[in-house]
Amino acid sequence: MKACVAVFKRELKSYFATPVAYVFLVIFLFFTGYLPFRQGFFETRQADLQLFFRNFPLLFVFLVPCVAMRLWAEERKSGSIELLFTLPITPRQAVMGKFFAAWFFLLIALLLTVTMPLTVMYLGEPDIGLILTGYLGTILMAGAFLAVGCFFSALTKNQVISFILSVTALAILVYAGMPTTLNYLSGFLPAGLVSAVEGMSFLTHFESLQKGLIQLPDILYFVFLILGWIFACIIVLDERKAG
Amino acid sequence: MISVKQLLRTFGPIIAVDSVSFEVEKGHVLGFLGPNGAGKSTAMRMLACFLRPDSGTASICGYDIIKQPIQVRQHLGYLAENAPSYGEMTVGSFLNFICDARGIKGKDRKKAIDRIVPMCSIDSVYHQTIETLSKGYCRRVGLAQALIHDPPVLILDEPTDGLDPNQKYEVRRLIKSMAKDKCIIISTHILEEVEAVCSRAIIVAKGKVLVDSTPEQLKQQYQCGIDEVFRKITQKKTA
Repeated sequence: MKACVAVFKRELKSYFATPVAYVFLVIFLFFTGYLPFRQGFFETRQADLQLFFRNFPLLFVFLVPCVAMRLWAEERKSGSIELLFTLPITPRQAVMGKFFAAWFFLLIALLLTVTMPLTVMYLGEPDIGLILTGYLGTILMAGAFLAVGCFFSALTKNQVISFILSVTALAILVYAGMPTTLNYLSGFLPAGLVSAVEGMSFLTHFESLQKGLIQLPDILYFVFLILGWIFACIIVLDERKAG
Repeated sequence: MISVKQLLRTFGPIIAVDSVSFEVEKGHVLGFLGPNGAGKSTAMRMLACFLRPDSGTASICGYDIIKQPIQVRQHLGYLAENAPSYGEMTVGSFLNFICDARGIKGKDRKKAIDRIVPMCSIDSVYHQTIETLSKGYCRRVGLAQALIHDPPVLILDEPTDGLDPNQKYEVRRLIKSMAKDKCIIISTHILEEVEAVCSRAIIVAKGKVLVDSTPEQLKQQYQCGIDEVFRKITQKKTA
């Protein structure tokens, strides 16, 4: 575990040692702040953050791979993976350390959006519970997206390829749950399959958390996704270390 | 301390390391020589548990490289060919990370760093970011990382590559001074280094061990300088 913490600390510090973190945070905060107002925040005349949270899935589809793509592709390209895996660190500890560092960074980004709930709390009386479950759903979704991005980062030395593959995979997972897609699919698939597809999509599970329902199936969905993709990432790294 | 038995590794159709076997005891410095593409780095990576061999095995300090890689890495100091490190870190924070990863804490860490920084002459660049360092200094930082936990076994892939003549001399002197208590393998293209530092020499080409001897014996046997010995042996086999 000490090795895992060592990797975690190093990785987190490296985010802030380069412009990566700051550029990401500025872009992220800009869009999360701008989009709700653009989409009619004041017009709805309600003190809630539905519009704010609703943008996260699509925003994350593009922004999370930006964070994830450099996790392993950079190590393999620069050769520092040869240093990392000749230290007494198991692949599992290394992957977990990097994943948690990236997740913690996304948590910091989310914490910086606290100005939105604070504004709404000043303007009205929002349901705090809803806001908290919304953030919980968002952080879980960020973790799951990150796990997918981590996997694709381990597959290739090229960060651009990793980014494109991650975005594609995440877009499929998010769009699978959209009403338009489900309608289209129910045109030619049996109802059982359509609801299976719906069950596999991020949106359905995220939306129920956003509505304030903390249900075990939804939490487990995200946890299993994270575990599954991280496990796959560890296997890929073990096979491909020297490239 | 290092025992290698029939190590084999292929990359697709290419046999990089072809059933290589040798033993090295404490107090010896083994020079691993060979033309480019001979399989030296691949063999070293397998010993450092970075690559898995297709067949064969090896043990370092009694720990099996396949079954006990973590223990092997704890007892090993490895410097890879391109001296990898994390460019955005300073030398100091990099060494602290290595100590974190190797579990060296508190007073032990302070002692280790105080010992290693003058030993590898990196005092002047301690607070500089690694990506701003010259090749020679990068390699010295890599060497510091390999030595910081005072391992009983060292595997150094081209330790003086890219260093200026003074730095080369310093590193060779360092290796010689450590030779008594450690078991060291260095790979090199610089044949005078073999004579200066190594007590044994293995010449590999195309993955196979051609010669396993000492520099003096080789010179006596072939009645010429190490340069010519190398040429004769490697070109005879490839002709």
